[in-house]
Amino acid sequence: MHPAIQAVLTVGVAVIAAIAYFYLSNLLLDRVLFPARGKNAGRNINRANMIRPWLFLFPALFALCLYLAYPVVETIRLSFTDRVPGGYEWAGTSNYQQMLREPKFWEALRNNFFWLLVVPGLSTLFGLIIAQLTDRLSWGNIAKSIIFMPMAISFVGASVIFKLIYDYRPAGEEQIGILNAVYLALGGAEPQTWLTIPGLNNFLLMVVLIWIQTGFAMVILSAALRGIPEETIEAAIVDGANPFQIFFKIKVPQIMPTIMVVWTTITILVLKIFDIVFAMTNGQWGTQVLANYMYDKLFRANDWGVGSASAMVIMLLVLPILVWNVRQARKEMR
Amino acid sequence: MADLKLTGVGKTYGGKVEVLKNIDLDIKTGELIVFVGPSGCGKSTLLRMIAGLEKITSGTLEIDGLVVNDIPPSERGIAMVFQSYALYPHMTVYDNMSFALKIAKKSKDEIDASVRRAAKILQLDPLLDRLPKELSGGQRQRVAIGRAIVRDPKVYLFDEPLSNLDAALRVATRIEIAQLKESMPDSTMIYVTHDQVEAMTLADKIVVLANKGIAQVGSPLELYETPDNEFVAQFIGSPSMNLLPGKVEATGAETTVNVTGHGMARSNVPTQEADKGRAVNIGIRPEDFRIAQDGENYIIEATVDYVERLGEVTLLYFVAEEGAEPLIAKLPGIHKDLRGNTVRLTAEAEKVHMFSNGQTMRT
Repeated sequence: MHPAIQAVLTVGVAVIAAIAYFYLSNLLLDRVLFPARGKNAGRNINRANMIRPWLFLFPALFALCLYLAYPVVETIRLSFTDRVPGGYEWAGTSNYQQMLREPKFWEALRNNFFWLLVVPGLSTLFGLIIAQLTDRLSWGNIAKSIIFMPMAISFVGASVIFKLIYDYRPAGEEQIGILNAVYLALGGAEPQTWLTIPGLNNFLLMVVLIWIQTGFAMVILSAALRGIPEETIEAAIVDGANPFQIFFKIKVPQIMPTIMVVWTTITILVLKIFDIVFAMTNGQWGTQVLANYMYDKLFRANDWGVGSASAMVIMLLVLPILVWNVRQARKEMR
Repeated sequence: MADLKLTGVGKTYGGKVEVLKNIDLDIKTGELIVFVGPSGCGKSTLLRMIAGLEKITSGTLEIDGLVVNDIPPSERGIAMVFQSYALYPHMTVYDNMSFALKIAKKSKDEIDASVRRAAKILQLDPLLDRLPKELSGGQRQRVAIGRAIVRDPKVYLFDEPLSNLDAALRVATRIEIAQLKESMPDSTMIYVTHDQVEAMTLADKIVVLANKGIAQVGSPLELYETPDNEFVAQFIGSPSMNLLPGKVEATGAETTVNVTGHGMARSNVPTQEADKGRAVNIGIRPEDFRIAQDGENYIIEATVDYVERLGEVTLLYFVAEEGAEPLIAKLPGIHKDLRGNTVRLTAEAEKVHMFSNGQTMRT
């Protein structure tokens, strides 16, 4: 059978099975387990209503446990074991010790920290500025659509695009990388292999993610700006505030909770950053990050112990921000 | 401390939709002016044009003799109280009230003194450290007024400031605003409302807006007693004035009108011999009707369709012809259920208004 047809069939079967699950399990609950008749009709209705949410949540809960909770537990276990022929053996904290001794790990940790410092801040800042600047323009929506478009590109796709932008051709040849072309046009001496320049190359990788995430920040912040009561801005105009004061003292404080949610959402993404580094430098020339380090250990060195240990480090870094992010989002909803 | 003068002021949106035209208005220092009118008549737009939040598309606005059309709001010497209060939600009451002064780079002591003074007037002292969301509706309204007072403006602008309050609070705040006005006799206030009770109780002068222009300007009682036109006659007073078509029967210092389908009405509006036979509308307020005694001349004779007994007054609704507004009479005290009865009503000659082509015939 053609794989496409197979895929469509699978989707069809899955949808029908899902509908059947909800319909039949509901039927079972109402007709067989707690029927709404007889002398216990009232009690049965109450009980059925107590169970129903759990019944409907069950498939999602099950999938979450299987694909999220179980892997976490298993990763913790693996991080304390070593692979030996035919099985495994307990290794205590030796995996963690080994990881802490490796300079590549510290490089990855340091780079992740820089990413954390630069990307969420700049993406949010650019998003906020663009959201404000496009707010009243007649062609603002078109501008916003264009700026939002990179969100639709996969990280790997974006990496390929930027690899071409940073591309290097030997001096004398025509430069197909726009960065080198511009660099030479502005009087640069000779073309540069941008992605191998330590320090700068990290920043060039960050540009890719900023390019993608600015659109996300812009859309969310644009909606938040629209939600500010117009009268508070008019009151500020009457009070004599100039446009900058209105923006920084009236608008930004009012959307601060949203700014924080956007910032933390991007922060979590950055802590897990993998694809861009993997596709562009693979952690060479001092650009290693934690997720790519984990991938290197787990799938290239086949060392599940150190790989899992580094995965735990990423999780521990993400967790507090995640909790805070969810709390903020909930607070905002209220 | 400011006179306002509007000359030929108009507002057009996008060069097409005309909202207001040719507004001429003089407002003297210390007056409390109320703009009223049906919704969509442009009363809020006119206020916002005075504030500088909307551009004046034609005519001039002068404050103290200075044309301010192109002067930004903050330099016009005005302060505005918004319908939704428009408090800055992230600032405490103190910061809300001091914001304008901070922007104006006043000294800390000066700001503090102004805020404390305004807070005292409005009894906001214990609330200065609170955020707006921790205040009740009435308190928020007072903060909004406080924010205006702190700036010590020449002209206060109120845009339906009470419409978000519940009925009891509205009455209390209305009285507070009246007292505030009394304590600041030099400040000019312009107040927009659609509530005619607010207009009647607060205003020195009411401006009734309709059909893109001013229908009438006058003191509350002038508008009530001598409306210039049918619109003002029906807009001021509740229930509205009854309008009845008729023909002039006898002229002179008093005029007699043959009310179509009813009896005869005498009005103290003088007419000329030439007016005889002219089609007019007579207007009588529901509260000016009384039941005619037996054998007395009556103005209308109609069947009571519905009765509302409110205790202090009784409202009689009469059967009206298809499509016409029902006639209403408001009689003092409690009356027995008159539903289905045919009643004859009359009114004193000085209470009978006469309109021709929508305009009053009183000169």
